[in-house]
Amino acid sequence: MSALLTAFIDAVGLAAPGLTGWHESKAILRGDQPYTPMPLGNYSPTFLPANEARRATATVLLAFRVAEEAVRNSNHTAASLATVFASSDADMKVSHRICTALAQPQRLVSPTDFHNSVHNAPSGYWHIGARSHHASSAIAAHDYSFVAGLLEAMTQVQVDRQATMLVCYDVPAPEPLLERRPLANAFGVALLLAPTRSPHSLARLTVENLHSSSPLSASSTLLESLRSSNPAGRVLPLIESLARQQDARLVFLRSDDRKMEISLAI
Amino acid sequence: MTVVTRMQPLAITHYTATTALGRGREAQWRALENERTGLAKCTFDTNSLDCWAGAVAGLDQPLRSDLAAWECRNNRLAQLALSQDGFDVAAKDLRARVGSDRIGVFMGTSTAGIHHAELAYRSIENGKLPEWFSHRHTQSSASTGEFVAAYFELSGPTFVISTACSSSAKVFAAAQRAIQAGLCDAAIVGGVDSLCLTTLYGFNALQLVSNEMCRPADATRNGISIGEAAGFAIVDGSAKSAMQLLGYGESSDAHHMSAPSPDGAGAASSMRAALQRANLAATEIDYINLHGTGTQANDAAEDKGVCAAEMGTTPCSSTKGWTGHTLGAAGIVESVFAMLCIENGFMPRSLNTREKDPKLVSNILLESRRQTVRNVMSNSFGFGGSNCSLIFGASR
Repeated sequence: MSALLTAFIDAVGLAAPGLTGWHESKAILRGDQPYTPMPLGNYSPTFLPANEARRATATVLLAFRVAEEAVRNSNHTAASLATVFASSDADMKVSHRICTALAQPQRLVSPTDFHNSVHNAPSGYWHIGARSHHASSAIAAHDYSFVAGLLEAMTQVQVDRQATMLVCYDVPAPEPLLERRPLANAFGVALLLAPTRSPHSLARLTVENLHSSSPLSASSTLLESLRSSNPAGRVLPLIESLARQQDARLVFLRSDDRKMEISLAI
Repeated sequence: MTVVTRMQPLAITHYTATTALGRGREAQWRALENERTGLAKCTFDTNSLDCWAGAVAGLDQPLRSDLAAWECRNNRLAQLALSQDGFDVAAKDLRARVGSDRIGVFMGTSTAGIHHAELAYRSIENGKLPEWFSHRHTQSSASTGEFVAAYFELSGPTFVISTACSSSAKVFAAAQRAIQAGLCDAAIVGGVDSLCLTTLYGFNALQLVSNEMCRPADATRNGISIGEAAGFAIVDGSAKSAMQLLGYGESSDAHHMSAPSPDGAGAASSMRAALQRANLAATEIDYINLHGTGTQANDAAEDKGVCAAEMGTTPCSSTKGWTGHTLGAAGIVESVFAMLCIENGFMPRSLNTREKDPKLVSNILLESRRQTVRNVMSNSFGFGGSNCSLIFGASR
């Protein structure tokens, strides 16, 4: 089968326990440095006006952290980018607070919680901060949200010839939801995807096949539990190959029983 | 901005909607024609707010037994809508023809089965949610897409777009791109959003819920009435069909999380992009189905956007007075209404509008019209400044 989609990765943003930034993490992703899971510290976004930053949730801050880093690592301006935000569960701390409030007789739902409860809250805040009027989508596909987001972002790049940033993230829920949706830790990644190769391009990414029968790609032993800890962590085999500067064919689950095969060419 | 080029019209071979007006297309059309609203005093669950809602009757029917894990109001509404207008037969025929691997599933929802989580939170014991609660099958945003894929046993690309009230308009854009890129040959698009306390009390906290039936474009409009609905369409990259998606446009306001840009610039931008993709002049749009929620801010901003996109004289109206604001399902419901307008040669008036706001200068219809309708634009705008405009037309 001929290639379905092609895009160039121009920059990466990364935030997960022990992986605080793309450049800072490359040696760990290559296997040249030991991986030590350390909790992610607080983050102060630079693109978000102070009055909006005050109301921003942990999910919004994680999305901004990786999106801002990808823009910084690139030759694109934030205002020039379309975006695809992909997350399984958006902000479960907010939905927990709303459901808790609704179970009380007074039913006092915070207006800020309500407008932060929409799945596209990070997208809305981002386009305000980035002053980007380009199209933005917010996608959900449970554990396959990274792959679904990658497909949608690469499709936009290919069809509209428009540089598009994929921002993928999830933050664990508080109890009692956590027990039903057990994510071990937060994970965020941003891939800045462009339609043409530039001197800044890190690699060419090609979707080869949506119905692959090849075995799933795994992470290195140290990072394997991080890969499965969070829907956004599924990106790891891709950015490990990118950090190693190594061409690769990679296979990801895109649903419970279907696999997508992509190739990475440095 | 993105360089927008003309798109190949996309055939829409089947479509259906189930709203407070009833089940399926015929019920929608009869209510539009007879100017009968579906809004009634809101008696949903334990609601204590004095407001109106567009509730769908008949959601006491359980899900198909093989889909029992998905039990919740949202998926029941999806199942009810999928079984109208021969849609399920058409989807199975499509599957037999092109293969389950080649059919994409792109669904819009804003709150999916959150009501199921609301019920579960009332039943927390010893700090634990009840056994019957399955996050993945109900509350998870992805559940709406996974349910439809499971319902028809489809295995093409499947995801949910959740951009608040533009969700199930944007699914048409995603499907068009996926088909153009060759990821699938056809797709089931649509959206489902069901009544829940989160949106009732949430919009109420923002002081956006009217205590009357919503009155879009009225001088004294004072907010939305919330509705629930589900709708679906089959888009087919290789079929011929009487109805087509001619264009789509998407933009971001970059203004505020829960208020539109007052100058309507984001709205105008998505309307212009849709016209460019359809290769149509503004004068070739016969009717605009407005987002028209009935809040002061939305209707004023949209009016400015319509005028900025040079459609200030184009007949337009909101149909939220019939269905209420069906949130993540509004895009598909109003897409179905747009196609019904083309099919029946009809432009609905702005229902419940008593006195048109003199500050609104677009051509808002206060009387319904019967005349040939070729091209209809449908606007959907959401929280986060997410805008989507679609253009539907009869094939020529």
